[in-house]
Amino acid sequence: MGGGKPDVWQGTLALMVLKTLEVMGPMHGYGIARRIEQTSGHLLSLNYGTLYPALLKLEQEGYISSEWGVSDNNRRAKYYKLTRAGRKQVEKETHDWEQATAIIARFLTPGEESR
Amino acid sequence: MSTLRGWFARLGGLFGKESRERELAAEIESHVQMHVEDNLQGGMTLDEARRQALLKLGGVEQAKEMCRDRRGVPWLEDLLRDVRYALRDLAKNPNFTIIALLTLALGTGATTAIFTLISGVLLKPLTYPHPNDLITVHAQTNRYGDSWGLSYPDFLDSQRDSEPVMQMASWTGGGGTVTEPGEAQYVDGREISSGYFLVLGIPLVRGREFLPEEDRAGGAPVAIISYGLWQRLYGGRDAALGMPLVFESKRYTVVGVAPAGFGVSEVSAEGKTDLYTPLGQNTQLRLRNRAARMIRAIGRLRPGVTFHQAQTAVRLIGLRLAKDYPDDAEQTFGVRELRQEIVGDVRPTLWLLLGAVGLLLMIACANVASLLLARAVSRERELAVRFALGATRGRLVRQCLAEGTVLALCGGVLGLLLATIGFRPFVTLWPGSLPRAEEIHLDWRVWLFALLVSTASGLILSIAPALRASASNLERTFRSESHAIAKGSRLHSAFVATQIGLATILVLSAGLLGRTILRLSSLNPGFDGHNVVTARVALPSAALATPAQTRATWRDLIDHAQRVPGVRSVAVVDTIPMREGINPLGYSASASLPPVDRMPLALATSVTPDYLNVMGVRLREGRFFTEEDRSGAALVIVIDEVLARHAFAGKDPVGQRLWVPAMGPAPVQIVGVVSHVRHWGLAGDDESSIRDQMYYPFAQVPDSLIPFFSTLMSVAVRTDVPPLNVVKPLEEEIRRSSSGSTLYEIRTMDQLASESISRQHFLLVLFAIFAGLALLLACVGIYGLLSYVTGRRVREIGVRMAIGATPQSVVRLVLGQSILMIATGLAAGIAGSLAAGRLLASSVTGVRSNDPFAFVIVTGVLIAAALAASLIPAIRASRIDPTIALRYE
Repeated sequence: MGGGKPDVWQGTLALMVLKTLEVMGPMHGYGIARRIEQTSGHLLSLNYGTLYPALLKLEQEGYISSEWGVSDNNRRAKYYKLTRAGRKQVEKETHDWEQATAIIARFLTPGEESR
Repeated sequence: MSTLRGWFARLGGLFGKESRERELAAEIESHVQMHVEDNLQGGMTLDEARRQALLKLGGVEQAKEMCRDRRGVPWLEDLLRDVRYALRDLAKNPNFTIIALLTLALGTGATTAIFTLISGVLLKPLTYPHPNDLITVHAQTNRYGDSWGLSYPDFLDSQRDSEPVMQMASWTGGGGTVTEPGEAQYVDGREISSGYFLVLGIPLVRGREFLPEEDRAGGAPVAIISYGLWQRLYGGRDAALGMPLVFESKRYTVVGVAPAGFGVSEVSAEGKTDLYTPLGQNTQLRLRNRAARMIRAIGRLRPGVTFHQAQTAVRLIGLRLAKDYPDDAEQTFGVRELRQEIVGDVRPTLWLLLGAVGLLLMIACANVASLLLARAVSRERELAVRFALGATRGRLVRQCLAEGTVLALCGGVLGLLLATIGFRPFVTLWPGSLPRAEEIHLDWRVWLFALLVSTASGLILSIAPALRASASNLERTFRSESHAIAKGSRLHSAFVATQIGLATILVLSAGLLGRTILRLSSLNPGFDGHNVVTARVALPSAALATPAQTRATWRDLIDHAQRVPGVRSVAVVDTIPMREGINPLGYSASASLPPVDRMPLALATSVTPDYLNVMGVRLREGRFFTEEDRSGAALVIVIDEVLARHAFAGKDPVGQRLWVPAMGPAPVQIVGVVSHVRHWGLAGDDESSIRDQMYYPFAQVPDSLIPFFSTLMSVAVRTDVPPLNVVKPLEEEIRRSSSGSTLYEIRTMDQLASESISRQHFLLVLFAIFAGLALLLACVGIYGLLSYVTGRRVREIGVRMAIGATPQSVVRLVLGQSILMIATGLAAGIAGSLAAGRLLASSVTGVRSNDPFAFVIVTGVLIAAALAASLIPAIRASRIDPTIALRYE
């Protein structure tokens, strides 16, 4: 929206969340949101409100689980962590994503194969 | 996988809403707090920190709403809300709801009850393993029209030659008297080939079935008994195997016990078989005769063989046999599914009934639909308001659909309850015995059917209101209400006309059946069946030792029967009119016999002299038999008037000669002519292919055939008292007679005559009930519509009366509205009835579809009923008081 930053497009947010949880361990929603922005080098503009339905979806699909805990500054927050199915899913999606980007990359950088 | 899991989680999200809502609020709140704290640390003011946090989140409520959408299933929640709304609405109008539910329950209940029968009898696979591989094999002869069994030699050849495509087995009926162990008793039996149980796929509970070497002449005498007989005679002990059993004076050894329940409707619908003996051990002549087609053959297709392949194979075998044995070349072979064989002619009856109740259901739906429509019209304003307030058309249409569907499903549940008890009377009242009756249950097919029927009716119910809700002129409702009413009542009239049309079809069908019954009952059966009782006789085998002894036994039996008080006359006869069993013989009126397949056929009946008196058959010319017509005397014959007309048109047949090859090469002399007897039943006789009849003296049956005939003979008794009263003393007297014979299949002739049209009776009763209900519903529909419309026009009628309209003209005004509707419905209904009449005529013997009298009567009844239903609202309208009406709103 603002500042010419690209929006997060459909489907990629889930992978970002899963990857974040894989790297960082259990986190609360706000933490995940901040971490995603940070990882993107603040190039992404994330509407935090869209994060929660995404978390809910991942939880319904069984890739993450949640429980209430206490944050660093002693505040009650809901913590999310990766399940075993989630770990597999990260692997699979990472692989898919790499493949997809590799294909797109061939179109974007003209080489001898594309002719 | 995980998508599925997600769905379950979302469905689960429909419940426990409040705790989730609280948790979500807490999570968002903690998110905002953390963000605010971070912002404060970044140096913002509190207000700014909070504003930025909320901005970034996109609003607390918006975030929550996104989660809610994700959490549950929005359209499902909408649906539940619609259903709740519909239920509340129905509860608010109990009168409407009760009437609508009862009407729908009646429709779906009747339809489901009939479908329960169809499911159990026609659709359910037979209870044998791989039932679709089971077939029956027939010989078809052009002369007899119908299909027959095989002869035993033909069966053996077919069994051998069809080896690659199927396993074949065969059976024939063979009841008799068991004298040991226990008291002497008559049991239904079957002679079966080895492999009978194997082909059906039914293992015996004890012992084994017949070995091939036992299934031939001279084999060891072995028997298989039913589970019931095992319990009765041997107390269910294992020791029964190897025990002796004396059947028809022959000593058998029990080698097997059939499972419980087996033998009830195996292969044919009738009889409960208690005893199985090896068919191949039967040394009777008829088993060696290639023209005696008395063996029923069954087969199990080998894996991978199709029905058509089997059909072709069997046809080829038939053709080859016809070539090898040209004397019997008139036959061809064919196969049929075993299930079809068992079900027989029940199939068209059941589908006819389903058609009738289907019409009833449609009337019920049209009735309730018009009620719903009337409600929808009166709620037009409410819909318009909701539309104006922003409800989408889709929502309004969904609302209407929910209402109709909820109503129909509730009606369906009631209907299903109704069907659970409702199908039983059909089974018990079924004419004859309903095959597979014990297999009729409310199975999954019935549930599915009820669900489909209710859903379909729900859609039909909702269409009209839904169309109105989606119509583009909702906003116009505010401006003009009368426009909406006029449009509503046109649709409404269409519904009522539909009801009248459908009711016409049912009432006319009932009318046609009623006329058929009247016509058939007034027919002269050709005999006087009043006070006549008949029974088959099982002679003990001692009586069959020599032909002379057998003849003496029969004479003795007649003498004893004659002594029973109340008995007027007694005869012994092989085939009884209207009962199963015929003996068609070819005949010729000249010495130059035509080829076998062109020879005319007559039903031959072998009788004792008193037969004419017992049956009350009229003697037209000449004489009937006397005691002098015995073996050794000249062979004599009596013919009926139909044969006389066919063979001797115009000439006096008495004294003429008739060549009957089955009775020997020499001609027999005709001594008399008697009236025609409707042997094939009141309904069937006119349409049967063999109507000629001849009688010959039992005393002149040659010695060689006497043992065979003795297994077929029945005793017929004319009484001076109600015939069933003499049955007990007659049975005792006959058992006391020197022979010790027993009676079975005891029937009065009145019973047989009414059984011969019991199918027509049964259909008439049911159609009459359905037609009555249909007429009632249609009249309620007419009444409801006119009351409703006149109610809406009270003010207009008031104005008319205020400016001088008479009550008569108001009645005319209202009736005028209904007459068009009645005429339309009736015209459509009569057109439909023509088709229905043809269907009835083709599937019910004796019905004539071109019956103008029935059409006139039924049309009159319908018009009268429809006008009566219209008259009440019309008269009520004519009594409107203008001064009150003008203030009415």
